[in-house]
Amino acid sequence: MNSHLILRTVSKFLIPLIVVYGLYVHFHGDFGPGGGFQAGVIVAAAVVLYALIFGLDACKVAVPPSWIRIGMTTGVLLYVGTGVVTWLLGGAFLDYDVLRNNPDHPAGQHLGIILVELGVLFTVATVMVAIFYAFGSRTPDISDEDW
Amino acid sequence: MLSMIAEHFNYAVVIVLMMTGLYVVFASDNMIKKLVGLSVFQTSVFLLYITIGKVTGGIPPIIEGLHGGGHDADHANAAAQGLQAAAGAAKGTHGSDYGAGHSAEILYSNPLPHVLILTAIVVGVATLSVGLALVVRIREVYGTIEEAEIDQINYAFNLEGTGEAASDV
Amino acid sequence: MFNILALSQAWLTNEAPVAIVVLPLIMGAVCALLPKERLAWFCVLITTLICTGLSFLILRDVMANGTISYALGGWDPPLGIEYRVDGLNAPVLMLISVIGVICTLYALRSVSAEIEPKKRGPFYGAFMIAFAGLLGMVVTGDAFNVFVFLEVSSISTYVLVAMGASRDRRALNAAYNYLILGSIGATFFVIGVGFLYMQTGTLNMADIARILAESPESRVTQVAFAFIVVGLGLKLAMFPLHLWLPGAYAYAPSFVTAFLAATATKAALYLLFRFVFTIFDPTADFIISALTWLLAVLGVIGMFFASFQAIFQSDARRLLAFSSVAQVGYMLLGVGIGTMAGVTAGYVHLLGHAMTKGALFLCLGAIWYQFGITRISDFKGLGKTMPWTMGAFTIAGISLIGVPGTVGFVSKFALLTAAADKGWWWAVAAIMFTSILALIYIGRMLEAAWLQDRPKVDGVDVATREAPASMLIAMWTLAIACVVFGVNASWPLELAGRAASVIMGGAG
Repeated sequence: MNSHLILRTVSKFLIPLIVVYGLYVHFHGDFGPGGGFQAGVIVAAAVVLYALIFGLDACKVAVPPSWIRIGMTTGVLLYVGTGVVTWLLGGAFLDYDVLRNNPDHPAGQHLGIILVELGVLFTVATVMVAIFYAFGSRTPDISDEDW
Repeated sequence: MLSMIAEHFNYAVVIVLMMTGLYVVFASDNMIKKLVGLSVFQTSVFLLYITIGKVTGGIPPIIEGLHGGGHDADHANAAAQGLQAAAGAAKGTHGSDYGAGHSAEILYSNPLPHVLILTAIVVGVATLSVGLALVVRIREVYGTIEEAEIDQINYAFNLEGTGEAASDV
Repeated sequence: MFNILALSQAWLTNEAPVAIVVLPLIMGAVCALLPKERLAWFCVLITTLICTGLSFLILRDVMANGTISYALGGWDPPLGIEYRVDGLNAPVLMLISVIGVICTLYALRSVSAEIEPKKRGPFYGAFMIAFAGLLGMVVTGDAFNVFVFLEVSSISTYVLVAMGASRDRRALNAAYNYLILGSIGATFFVIGVGFLYMQTGTLNMADIARILAESPESRVTQVAFAFIVVGLGLKLAMFPLHLWLPGAYAYAPSFVTAFLAATATKAALYLLFRFVFTIFDPTADFIISALTWLLAVLGVIGMFFASFQAIFQSDARRLLAFSSVAQVGYMLLGVGIGTMAGVTAGYVHLLGHAMTKGALFLCLGAIWYQFGITRISDFKGLGKTMPWTMGAFTIAGISLIGVPGTVGFVSKFALLTAAADKGWWWAVAAIMFTSILALIYIGRMLEAAWLQDRPKVDGVDVATREAPASMLIAMWTLAIACVVFGVNASWPLELAGRAASVIMGGAG
């Protein structure tokens, strides 16, 4: 891949932007279209682009598979953990209002949905990368010269 | 006849996609093609739900005035009203007669089917990736992804097994 | 800040419908990461035990106070998602969690024999998620939520079945077929829910039922009914849609087979009860004719067809899998009869068959664990080499046939009475005849095990090798349950009577 100078330069420039855009989609999901699912897929797309340009091995150094496994679990735990915290604060499961008590202003709803969607972001992004790794790591039984 | 199809264009597309998908699942012998058929079949359902959510003349269900100064006191009230308006619109959605959401001053499209279908899309992705992973493993173990050949291999294996059992006796 | 005192029993009872789903989900995520297999197993055991406790609390509360409703996230139904437990689903919750505990106890030895070491943590994780999905689809009162949990449990089940590949590679093929048919079933179900939403504008089950009862019968409702019945029929292995079941049961790891046989089809059957009787109007002509001419008739054909197929199987696990299809036929017949007695009988058969078939599959797993055999021709002399295992197998087997004194008899007798009351003498004859078929296929195995001599290896008799204690405890618990509930049938009959009154109360 050393010959593709333009691809490498452009993607080095693009990958951080893609991740930032993913985070924008996540945090903007509070006011408009967006949210954890879409953001997670966009972030995963950045990782996949990195793997396509620089190779899977380099990608596995940058984003190790062990992180991926931990990320999947963290996302689920973040989602469910929000629910458990609302339990402990005396509300119903995932009743965000108890997170921040303010009768004039539904701050709890804001906080709760951002936390839950952050969990979704973690899980979706890591699961997408995990699927990509799982299929990409298989050694093909037709070598490239046979084509 | 033609005008009926034109009026129910979405439903016609849903039916065509659904039948195409099911036919591919049942008729093809290749495991990957079957999964492709399954995906097409599931996609038709997404389209069906989106069609249900469409309210003629409805605008996107984003509550005005919320975005700029979104932290006003009756924020929650406005949100709840919007939701009810949308639900009211959905209740008017009988078959092709989806224009009856007259309960609110502003007509919103129904957002709920979109949310449901987001979930269904994720489910579809999960099914597809588990299916593809299985096909990869099958290819590694059997050396083929044609169902007929796999059945033959299994059948031969069964015969061999009974042969061994018979020779023990 | 954290109100610890709130964690009292009243609080637990209140929050139990959600906790019972959330807890296994959390543990599923955690188990997948745990490096030590023993630790993962221990987590699973604790989780299933807590879930059993919670389901007991729920059952007691439902018996005392009637329906429990829980509004998720504080959003009141019908706008929010509602978890709703009544006399119909509380016993199924109890069943799933108790079977979960028993199978987990059994898993300690069987998983270490059947699954590669590296995959054991994720295996337990997938099991926890399947468990959570099954509990979720039973506890929820929201039609679309049912679909989500149905797929949560199904997708993890495909994975669990495929894990049998380290023992027999045909598991992969079986899992693939299960995936294709299971996904088609779930998609049909969600199409049906879509039509219901189109008709009523709500997804809350109670609300759907209310609106359907108020509005005149329409074509959309009938289409919804057809799609939902076919979709659930695929999931519960209704006769012509059962093709995924024998392969999946025969090649999955034995612990998975026992768990699936006892719970997965039962949860889908519960959904059939729920949708047919409490959401749709079972007094409508269209639904009555569907029950009579579709469910009951297909149930009876399935009883014959699958029983005959079972007789001609050479593999013991495939035999029992076909027998499961036949037993689903009995339950469908109960649904098809559609009277109070019929529904009660179908429901008792659901509970009883879960114990019976669970015990049978656990015994087969133990036999494979010790001798590596699944063919009936290899069963010779097992009564002497594994007396305790075969003892449990025999008790569960006679319960499957329906000998008096076992739970199988209770439900079959109730079904016979219900069919006779309805005047369906052909159904009575079918139940009698297929019981004889069950006698033949179970008898084949019992005859080989008890009446034939133990096989010789190099001229020496094979020594007695009993299954490990943890396996024996698991299978004997279920076998004893078959007898206890057979002798003293008041408890299951009372539960089923309650369930049937929920159903018939909804009918009018």
